[in-house]
Amino acid sequence: MEIKKTSLNKLHQKNNAKFVEFAGYEMPIQYSKGVIEEHKLTRSHSGIFDVSHMGQLFIYGNESLTEELEKIFPLDLKNLKQNCSKYSFLMSEDAGIYDDLIITKIEEGYLIILNAACKDKDFEILSNLLGTKFKMNLDNNRSLIAIQGPKSVEILNSIINGVDQLNFMTGHWFDSDNKKLFVTRSGYTGEDGFEISISNDEAEKFVENLIEKGAQLIGLGARDTLRLEAGLCLYGHELDINKTPVEANLKWAISKSRLSNGGFIGSKKIMNQMHDGTSQIRVGIKPEGRLIAREKTKIFDDVDTLIGEITSGTFGPSVNGPIAMGYINKEYSKVDTKILLEVRGKKHPAIVCGLPFYKKSYVKGVN
Amino acid sequence: MSEVKFSKEHEWITLEGDVATIGITKHATEMLGDIVFAELPEKGSNVEKDGTAGVVESTKAASDVYTPVSGEVVDTNQAIVDDPSKINEDPEGSAWFFKLKMKDQSEMDSLMNKEEYDKFAKESAS
Repeated sequence: MEIKKTSLNKLHQKNNAKFVEFAGYEMPIQYSKGVIEEHKLTRSHSGIFDVSHMGQLFIYGNESLTEELEKIFPLDLKNLKQNCSKYSFLMSEDAGIYDDLIITKIEEGYLIILNAACKDKDFEILSNLLGTKFKMNLDNNRSLIAIQGPKSVEILNSIINGVDQLNFMTGHWFDSDNKKLFVTRSGYTGEDGFEISISNDEAEKFVENLIEKGAQLIGLGARDTLRLEAGLCLYGHELDINKTPVEANLKWAISKSRLSNGGFIGSKKIMNQMHDGTSQIRVGIKPEGRLIAREKTKIFDDVDTLIGEITSGTFGPSVNGPIAMGYINKEYSKVDTKILLEVRGKKHPAIVCGLPFYKKSYVKGVN
Repeated sequence: MSEVKFSKEHEWITLEGDVATIGITKHATEMLGDIVFAELPEKGSNVEKDGTAGVVESTKAASDVYTPVSGEVVDTNQAIVDDPSKINEDPEGSAWFFKLKMKDQSEMDSLMNKEEYDKFAKESAS
């Protein structure tokens, strides 16, 4: 199959991007500055991320759509205010995760942001569940741009006046040059920031404008180190069809009001696991010294019992040391538990630690 | 000191008496990106030509470091273990990896000179 390109591909080339294939798309892994500098720029100033490969699914409908979606997602959508967003999951009957997603209630219905590698399957699953009653559009005509970091609000507000009035996890339609943009205050770096949904033919000009105002392009390499420092899961690594939200330590994302009566896909398993606990759980892990423990690294206790596996591991530029996340047997999941990581045939000491590795600074209570 | 020679695995090597100094090339560091971890062979150990003699990791992935010649490891550069970013800064100078007491200096003969390596690196990159 031919590799897909986002509407910003030419701009990436112009900015000396190194490309990789990601979920069928040619995406920039880094630009000339490199992962560490791009990471630090995002934390200290403002970084622009092309996340146009992600799915933007618009589902149109009113109260009856809300009712149908509550049968699918573990969310209290009836009480979700318009323009507010929630992190959630599309699950199997066994509460295995098909995808993790952000759902926003908009005037016309809902906007759901899906992972690139999962979006087509998600669309198929949701189409089968919802039938033909509601118009659904997995919109390929729109790009998705994230701008993240402390200076982002100032930069974006100078182009789209009013975005500074958004609270974290809320969104709104804005007009810019007579173009309709949907902007949410959200992101996946642990920084304050925004995601902007914009038509493909406007995307390049818009990003050039952001660059002119001082923001810089950041590749997927730094996106990964940023999200890992922020303790955020990446689908295909921390999350997959064999993991449940409870095992992933994401039970905060399940609306409390939905736990008493269930009625969403996977609710039985979720309610059982909430009650009984799970045998394994996702934790943060800090290797001693500078050792990097990559995905699939096996975790042992001090008497050689296999007790878990790493799902992501890298060097955290802002914490200035190696960091990892993984699944570990419940009895070893307490913070400061000493564990061993097998890397290149040798066991190396590490400790279980709390998440995030890097403290976030999300903006709440602007209005 | 001898002329700098290069291997197809992107190591450089110089010879002084029977002691070879080995590191990775600037081209290799550009391919790897930011290096955040380095592991070196143990002093006193013996390494074989084309065998692994260390590891470097970038933010993205781990890569083996090979030795282009055989010998006994007589010294290692602890400075790059303590601060791996030095490898990106000065790969073909102060950020050498290890020194070997060579057994068979004719192993140098099959390695590339600078001109040959630059051509090889350019071709293998595209």
